[in-house]
Amino acid sequence: MHSPAEKSGPRAGDPARRQHVWRRAATSILARREASIVIAGILLVIYFQSTTGVFLSQGNISTLGQYASATAILAAGQVLVLVSGELDLSVGMVYAMAPFLMFLAHGAGLPTVVAIILALLGCAVVGLLNGLITELLRIHSFVTTMGMLFLLNGFTLTISGGYPVQPHTGDLVAAIFGGNALAQFGWAIAIALAFQFVLVRTRWGLHTIAVGGNLTGATEAGVKVKFVKIRNFTVCSMLAGFAGILDSFHIGSITPLAGGTQIMFMCIASAVIGGTLLAGGVGTIIGAFFGALVIGILKDGFTLAGVSAYTFDMILGAAILITMIVNVHIGRFKLFGGQ
Amino acid sequence: MATNNEPLLRIENIAKVFGQNTALEDVNLEIGRGEVHGLLGDNGAGKSTLMKILCGLHQPTRGRIFFDGKEVHLHSVTQARALGIDCVHQDLALIPQLNVYHNMFLQRESLHGGPLGILNNRPMRKKARECLADIGVNIPSVDVPVGRMSGGQRQAIAVARSVYSNARLLLLDEPTAAMGAKEGAMILDVINRLRAKGDVSIIIIAHNYGHVFDVCDRVNLLQNGRITFSRATSETSIQELTDIVVNEYRNVAKEAQA
Repeated sequence: MHSPAEKSGPRAGDPARRQHVWRRAATSILARREASIVIAGILLVIYFQSTTGVFLSQGNISTLGQYASATAILAAGQVLVLVSGELDLSVGMVYAMAPFLMFLAHGAGLPTVVAIILALLGCAVVGLLNGLITELLRIHSFVTTMGMLFLLNGFTLTISGGYPVQPHTGDLVAAIFGGNALAQFGWAIAIALAFQFVLVRTRWGLHTIAVGGNLTGATEAGVKVKFVKIRNFTVCSMLAGFAGILDSFHIGSITPLAGGTQIMFMCIASAVIGGTLLAGGVGTIIGAFFGALVIGILKDGFTLAGVSAYTFDMILGAAILITMIVNVHIGRFKLFGGQ
Repeated sequence: MATNNEPLLRIENIAKVFGQNTALEDVNLEIGRGEVHGLLGDNGAGKSTLMKILCGLHQPTRGRIFFDGKEVHLHSVTQARALGIDCVHQDLALIPQLNVYHNMFLQRESLHGGPLGILNNRPMRKKARECLADIGVNIPSVDVPVGRMSGGQRQAIAVARSVYSNARLLLLDEPTAAMGAKEGAMILDVINRLRAKGDVSIIIIAHNYGHVFDVCDRVNLLQNGRITFSRATSETSIQELTDIVVNEYRNVAKEAQA
């Protein structure tokens, strides 16, 4: 997928123009990481619209937002962790725990907004623990967060007694925090944009890429690598909790079995097909947003078309494998060997 | 300045023990202002350990370090760098995914004000270009990820980064390792240009004796955790150094046989 500009780059005549072409080529590589998933999404929308005829109806778009929003928000945090070279398997359980924390705080007589903030602080503690255990006690994040996954699942089942509860709904606060499907989708877009900005335009993002790209190098350059990773774990957990709260308002029920490993793998899949490498150093949050959207489109489209859930899983699996192969081989060629 | 007669760096009786393993036994060294020193020695002689102590990554088990006439305790890279001691590691500490100027300004980024730490790329790009031109490094663009560049270009960028940070003592770990003749020559040119300016003292850790004689004022030989030889390059030769090292090896081999 070489653009003509990139191909002609080295051959272009005067140095000033060559520089310009190089810069354009460099930025367009980053743009293309997201471009391929966007194109896939558009093609799928066209396909489903033409086969089902109702895909672009207002009702279905709101269903789609519901499928994609929570995953996209989880994926934003997951990309931060992945780019810094780690992995968070506990996000799905944080997603399930957060609404219960909010429910308990609200039940204790606190206003909804305060209850949401307290729940998010609880999630921050989980992320902080993930980060501290991984960084200070040097346990691989896969193991740390897998332990946290089971621990939180048990914790949520214990505090809930295993029964679902009803969140407080109906007022403006509830509507803003996901009661309205469009509000939920709005949050997902805002979070994706904000964290993409953080990743590419701030010191935090620069250090995240540096830590994931070359840990030793970043350490020697004086980057506070532990702090960077712990911060990403913390933010990742808070985003997961926030997604859980939004979904609980939207669905109108808080169940201890919501999310879990299913949504965790979905958010990692979104990140991966969106162009984030598990190896660290490379990733895009906008790409993960579109990744979540494409997974949502697939799921929603197949449901409309009456295709079985088994087929959906096969196609999703194949899509992950193909995009990963393309990302690793073509992506690496573009970044390092590309001429 | 009153302290100008003092050497820039003086280390006395530095030792470093890792558990059972003594990496440095007793190292004494003086580096004058603007001088370029070669530090030679075989694998495992303790060169890298000495380097890591000087850049604040490791703390010595014994011994004292004087920088600019004052005793210093180097307990972190950041602190050593604040004093003006900067290190270009063998692995270069560059991030392949980041472009040239982000690499050069990593951990000293120029930012727009405010709590978010938004990067101000324009001055970084401009300064990176100026700095590279200043030491005679030619690269096509500072917007290209470093992962796309050649070994020589990366080395040059790493050196430029340290020089830009107003380093007064630059430690170069195998600057021409894994590099072709042409690229190696480019790096040596950069070092010679810095030597001519005289603002910065340099310690070059090297295997290649020829390169050391090209650019250094003085050579030091580190063997088994001690400096066993230290002489001005004008007073010694590649042959003499080679003989010392080879004789040492023969003696050890003989002892092992006996």
